[in-house]
This record gives sequence, C-alpha cells and structure tokens, in this order.
Amino acid sequence: MKENISIEVSNLSKHYGKFKAVDEITFDVKKGEIFGFLGANGAGKSTAMKMLCGLLGPTSGEGTVAGFDIYKQSEQIKKNIGYMSQKFSLYNDLTVLENMIFYGGIYGLSRKYIKEKTTTLLKELGFDDKLGTMVSSLPLGWKQKISFTLAHIHNPAIVFLDEPTGGVDPVTRRDFWEMIYKAAEGGTTVFVTTHYMDEAEYCDRISMMVDGQIHGLGSPAELKKQFESTNMDEVFIKLARPNEKV
Amino acid sequence: MKRFNAFVLKEFYHIMRDWQTLLILIGMPVAQILLFGFAISNEIREVSISFVDQDNSRYSREIRQKIDASNYFKEGVEIYDTQEVESYFRKGEIKMAIVVPEGFAEQLVNEGNGQLQVIIDASDPNTASLLSNYIQAIVQSYLDEFNRGAKPPFFIEVRSELVYNPELKGAYLFVPGTISVIMMLISAMMTSISITREKELGTMEVLLATPMSPVQVVLAKVVPYLLLAFFNAVVVLLMGYFIFDVPVNGSVPLLLAEMLLFIVTSLALGIFISSITSSQQVALMISLMGLMLPTILLSGFIFPVENMPLPLQVISNIVPAKWFLLIIKGIMIKGQGIAFFWKETLILLGFTLFFVVLSIKKFKIRLS
Repeated sequence: MKENISIEVSNLSKHYGKFKAVDEITFDVKKGEIFGFLGANGAGKSTAMKMLCGLLGPTSGEGTVAGFDIYKQSEQIKKNIGYMSQKFSLYNDLTVLENMIFYGGIYGLSRKYIKEKTTTLLKELGFDDKLGTMVSSLPLGWKQKISFTLAHIHNPAIVFLDEPTGGVDPVTRRDFWEMIYKAAEGGTTVFVTTHYMDEAEYCDRISMMVDGQIHGLGSPAELKKQFESTNMDEVFIKLARPNEKV
Repeated sequence: MKRFNAFVLKEFYHIMRDWQTLLILIGMPVAQILLFGFAISNEIREVSISFVDQDNSRYSREIRQKIDASNYFKEGVEIYDTQEVESYFRKGEIKMAIVVPEGFAEQLVNEGNGQLQVIIDASDPNTASLLSNYIQAIVQSYLDEFNRGAKPPFFIEVRSELVYNPELKGAYLFVPGTISVIMMLISAMMTSISITREKELGTMEVLLATPMSPVQVVLAKVVPYLLLAFFNAVVVLLMGYFIFDVPVNGSVPLLLAEMLLFIVTSLALGIFISSITSSQQVALMISLMGLMLPTILLSGFIFPVENMPLPLQVISNIVPAKWFLLIIKGIMIKGQGIAFFWKETLILLGFTLFFVVLSIKKFKIRLS
C-alpha cells in the first residue's frame, strides 16, 4: 500500500451478462480526502461502491480498500469501513442509543464505550437529550445525521455514503456536510455519492461516471476548467449528454 | 460471540416493540387449543384392520365378508393372538382389530347372543369413534339379515376397547396439531417476514457491509424465534397436560429434541422463503399459502391423511408437519421410542438440509 492512499482501483469491472454496469474504472482516493462519486441514475455508482464495500464481487480488475485486497480480504475491509446506505440505516422501532449499541456491538465495541462515544457525538450535534427517543419519532434530517454518526462510531478508516442527503432540506444538508468535513479533518476518508451538483463543489475531488465509465476525474475547479463550465451542473450535463449544447 | 449477542438483543427489541404481534403469537396457541376442542367429523375409507378369527365358524366368516365388502376397511396383517394387537398399533400398521372369540358361533346359536370384541387405536379420537360406529352398523346390518323371520331375535354385542385414548379426547389430536402449527407460524412465517423486512428497509445491505458474515446475520435473526417457538410449544404441552390431561407417555427429552428439530426445519423453510423474495408481503403470502394451509389441512392435524384422495395423500408427503405429527403423536400418546420413527426423523432432517443448501445457493448467486 502506498503512503497516503486509502482506496486504489484499476480497471475494475462488473458485468451482468453482456451489460457492463461498471466498465474498467481506475482511480485512487487519498487518506482524509472527501471523494465525490457522481453520475446519473444507473451510471453504475452504486455497483462500484458495493464492490468497494465487499458487498459484490467484481468481474475483473484490481482494487485495494484501506490497504486490503477487494477479492481476498473483504472481511478485513468490512472491519475498516463504515457504510451508510441510500435507504434507511436505522431501525425505527429501536431508540437512538439501542441502534448505536447494536451497530457498535457488531464491531465488537463495549457497551460502555458506545454509550460514552454516542453521548459525545450527539452532544456536538445538540441532541444528546434524544438518546432514549424512538427513531420513528425523529424527523428525517436528524435520522440522516444520526445514521452518519452511526456509520463511523467504530472509527473506520473510510466511510462510504450512498446518497446520504436524498430528500433532506438544504439547511440539514449543510449541517450534514459540516459533519463530513469534521470527519475528514479527523483523518477519515469520505467516499460519497450524490445527485446534488452543489454538493459536488464541497468535495476535494470528484469522479463523473457515465455508462459505467469514469469520464471526468479531478477537483471541482479542474473539472470546470477542463469542460469550460462555470458550475458543476454544466460539467455534468456536458459529460452525461455530450451531444447537447448547453 | 459478543457481536452475535448484540445482534440477538436487537432482534428481541424488534419482537418486544411489536407487542401486538407478540400478543397474537402467544395468545393464538391458547385460543386455538380452546377452539379445536370441538370434534371435527369426517368420513373414513380403507382403514387398515385385522380380523382375529379365533372361532373360525360360518358366522365369523360371514361377518368378515360383510366387513371386507364395505369398502371402509381393508385387511392388513394376519393376527391370531389378541396380545399382539397393540404392537401392530404401535407400528402404525393397523388402526383396529376385530376379535371373534372362540365359541362365538356356539353361544350365538344356543343362547341367542354372541359377543364381538373390537380393539381400536384411539390416538386419533375422531377416527376411533367413527370406526367404532361403522363396525356397530355393519354388524347390525348383518344381524338384520340373520334375524329375518327369526323369533326371538338373535343378538350380537360389540364390545369396543379403545387403546391409548380410552376417553376419546379430542385434545389428544389437537395438542400435537397446535404445536406443529405454532412452530410453523413462528419459526417459518415470522422468520421469513423478519428477514425480508431488513431487505425491504435496506438495512440488510448495511448489515452485510459490517464484519458479520451473512450466515451470522441470518443465525442471529433466527435465534430469538427459535426460543420463542420453543417456549410457545412448551406452553401448549403444559396446557394439554394440566387442562386436558394429555399425557406424555414417551420420553420427554426425546419429545423436546424432536420439537427442536421441527423448529429448525421450519426456520430453514423461513430462511428459504426470505431468500427467494425481498418483499414482506410476498413472504407472508408464501408462508400462509405454502406452509400454514398445508400444515393445517394436509398434515393429518384435522383430516386423517389415510382418508384423503390419493393425489392429496401424495402431496401430504412433502408437508413436513405430517412427519412431525407422526413423531409427536407417537411419543406423547403411544409412548414410542426413536426406533418407531427414525425414518420420519430422517425425513425432517432431509427437509432441513435441503432448504438450508438451497438458501445458501440462492444467496451466493445473488452476491456474485
């Protein structure tokens, strides 16, 4: 493993019959980086992410996550990552603390540690009084924030966030991104997929996926320059629909 | 193990929070036991019997012909000694033995009344009382022909002796039946719903991205239901014992072990269902139509299997509850040991293995 490299992928593919969901993608992510993984619906983002998380076996290509091989060491990878799914990650019929104790427990953390850590984390968010609240009675934005807290309760090297801000209001989205920055400052690598192009601007670097391939890779500034655009929206449209004039 | 425990604890939270379901699960066996107390009558057809003819007279042969001609019975093993009858009951080869004692003809002709003895396996009380009534009716019709013009009329007394369940208690039937239904319900249906719920919510994906292996995830989800089903079955057993005087004549550890085996079989079915669908609704429908109905209707719980039309009899062989009912009735009512149903036990083991392997295969296909 190279110094400072958190995820390294070369020519990674996933085929379903003739359909190439992911087609020879190559990129790397540095430690502590916020890496945006962008693309239209069905471009292969989720498939690629699932391969990195050890949920799906690749068809061909190579890759390491947190220094572990994605073919042979998926168990090791799983111990070192946090994952927040596109769908809901919390159990509605459990309280906030019970959810935390459950997830933390899966990673072998002690009850006492989880309780202390959760209290600290939620205090920062300003709702440490909600520890005993049933998740079902929390508003969506809070649930998402708590899901994020949950995804890195075990101090993973990398957190994978699959469209974490879907359906959340702009204020909560900004709060959410503040949490992401804070995690990155602490040395955690953040790998995030999103639809929102304004969010792409918050990332250190981004990759743009079109039809299973990466068509653009770089910092937001670099991409805007490369595609002669003033904002990420334009970059995205130029990439996704190359034949249309903007 | 600590991880596993954290997981099991979470499953218990799910079960406890959904207290309405829990109430139904615990209340249902109680209600069912009380409801099924009513006898359900039905026809009998081609029941295996033995004719023990110790008299070997014209009359005994005539009665035998009459019984054979009725289509309700078919003669099984040849028995000469009444002492042997019970051993054939145990093996399940016959349900009834009609004994014509020596001197029957003599007594009938000289004194005008003969005595027949009928020994019936009453572990299934509905069938037993039907058998008794049918034999009475056949003998009566023979007597009517015999008496034509005779005065004073001759008389044959049919003395029924019921083995295993002398008081013809329905509870002997519905306690084992309810246990099998409850186990299917909790182990198979609730498990399949609980696993598909995680898939539907998307939490399954998150769980699979943790260091827990898929096998661990499924096992952890299944353990609480295993305990719940076992607890429920024991409650029904105790209710049967204390309220309806249903005994456990055989070995209790053996009974508990066989119940555990059937729970595992049901769990395997539940896991299999959850491996072929990711919708709670579909899982519920498959469980109800594919498991609950056959368990209630085709297992021999309510309708005796031997009285069903042939196609249904064939289908009943793939209903795990049918085999479990044979085992549990054997232990509880007939006091049989493992020697009498090792085959049934192997069949249940086979079912379990089959569905576990199938589920694992399904799962692998999806992951790759």
